[in-house]
Amino acid sequence: MNAIKKFSGYLWMLMAPLLILFLLYEANEKISHASAAVQSNVILQWVIILLVFTPICIGFFIFGKYASKGEYNQLPGSSEEL
Amino acid sequence: MSQEKKQSNIAFVIGASSVGTLIEWYDFYIFGMLATIISKQFFPANAGTAALLSTLAIFAAGFIVRPFGALVFGRLGDLIGRKHTFLLTLIIMGGSTFAIGLVPGYATIGWAAPILVLILRLLQGLALGGEYGGAATYVAEHAPAGQRGFWTSWIQTTATLGLFLALGIIILVRSNQGVEKFSAEWGGWRYPFWISIVLVGVSILIRMRMSESPMFTKLKTEGRTSANPLKESFGQKRNFKMVLLALFGAVMGQGVVWYTGQFYAQSFIETVCKIDFIQSRNIMLVAILMATPCFVLFGWLSDKIGRKWIMLIGMLAAVFTYRPIYKEFINITSAANRAKTVDARLTNIKTAFPTYDLKDKTKMYLKQETDTTYFDGSVFKYYRTDTLIFKAPRDETRPITLINPDMIAYSSPKPNLVVEKTLGHTAYWDMIWLVFIQIVYVTMVYGPIAAFLVEMFPTKIRYTSMSLPYHIGNGVFGGLVPFLGTLIVEFTKTTEHPAGDVLAGLWYPIGVAAVCFVIGLIYLSNKIDKNVMD
Repeated sequence: MNAIKKFSGYLWMLMAPLLILFLLYEANEKISHASAAVQSNVILQWVIILLVFTPICIGFFIFGKYASKGEYNQLPGSSEEL
Repeated sequence: MSQEKKQSNIAFVIGASSVGTLIEWYDFYIFGMLATIISKQFFPANAGTAALLSTLAIFAAGFIVRPFGALVFGRLGDLIGRKHTFLLTLIIMGGSTFAIGLVPGYATIGWAAPILVLILRLLQGLALGGEYGGAATYVAEHAPAGQRGFWTSWIQTTATLGLFLALGIIILVRSNQGVEKFSAEWGGWRYPFWISIVLVGVSILIRMRMSESPMFTKLKTEGRTSANPLKESFGQKRNFKMVLLALFGAVMGQGVVWYTGQFYAQSFIETVCKIDFIQSRNIMLVAILMATPCFVLFGWLSDKIGRKWIMLIGMLAAVFTYRPIYKEFINITSAANRAKTVDARLTNIKTAFPTYDLKDKTKMYLKQETDTTYFDGSVFKYYRTDTLIFKAPRDETRPITLINPDMIAYSSPKPNLVVEKTLGHTAYWDMIWLVFIQIVYVTMVYGPIAAFLVEMFPTKIRYTSMSLPYHIGNGVFGGLVPFLGTLIVEFTKTTEHPAGDVLAGLWYPIGVAAVCFVIGLIYLSNKIDKNVMD
């Protein structure tokens, strides 16, 4: 099980930057295709989404890094170990 | 303390905490449910800046301010105590909700209206971010060992009951007033905001009688509270890794299941299935009412068999059944799948008197309503509006009856078509059961999660540590379900299929729940910490 935990950690590390790239691509697509009347609103929506999801993706990368280093192999069993 | 006194004390703790949290959810939801009217009253039509403010009010309050509120009030709760912090969040929430109901419309005070509403909405988001973690922590720290899941599940019912209360009050006021009176500048839509002050007032009085959490009091007496909860929660690897695990292994999945079952479902029933306003809300109300006891059931069960599997089974069930459930929504409400009544008297076509466009003197409208009654008692109403364009601007003195076809240049090629369906008894209950199933999933993922989060973090930083992942998971991942769902449907639209794949929006909650399920399956422990008195 620990090997799966470590191996999948690399997967999460890979997924995180891919998600950011996907969001950047979508933001660019949606903003460039938006009509002039709603463009500033679409820009604002995507800026908020990118502002919120970029730190989440960084967190996901760190989660993957911790997992790949075996940080989750042994979880605390009681509050004394927290 | 005797067993009986302990039980009555915990019941008071639950009651007092739950009522306040329920009211905070109610306050938060009424804004979203009345968003269409609010945008008409406070934001001028066709103005770019107004649309920006409206977007900020909806997006920022849920996605940025809620997690920010979790940090601000979480820190405060770990520094000065749970009781005073969540009393403060209640006052901020109640005050800002009541104040929204008092802000005059754009027609009266101009730009001050949307700016004031935006500020008050952000305050709502901030308060909600601080409330839940406090209430869940407070209850969990009072709960007897081995019953934490059961007692905290009462707090978990509040989000759904808040939605129920908001839906119920809005339907009640709207049914009594009628659409026009309800939507006026000082109309009935303001009542749910005003009612809030009474609910909050009662809740504040109850909460003031509460004592501080025994665990926090013990820590404070021993001088072991955290000097810097934010640094300890997110700056130390041993805590931060648990924050990340809570978010990616449990809360993000819970967030999308929660929002899909309770918000996406309602929006789908109304906008895709075209069920009328009152019936679509009644479907939600009945399903919510029937499923709510399951929060307590799964909370109690999680004390017996662990939290992990209940939450993961809820996510997995959602992953595999969302598409069949929504497909069935379409089947049940489709005209093609039901037999039309042979009684011609029950197919009624009403052609309304033509109406002039008051602003554009070259236009006139012809409206037609076709009501079709089906064997199962369902009535589908089709409203068709054709726009006729005059060759020359009309003469206002000329009666509408004297217009002859020679005066018309052309009628617009695309008539405006609106469908409104009212389902018969069997189809209505089929819809309720399908929503009920989704809310049962909500209760599976949400019922045990407060106890699960409480057990992941030590008392001195619990409020801060559990609040942030909760509000990112629930507010951001969950809150984006309607927006990203709609966006995905847009991708599927082509010239051959202009409506696109209406089920495609479900891939977002399905994808997030599936990733969360895998992470939870691999990394989460099913062990219950019997005693969180660290």
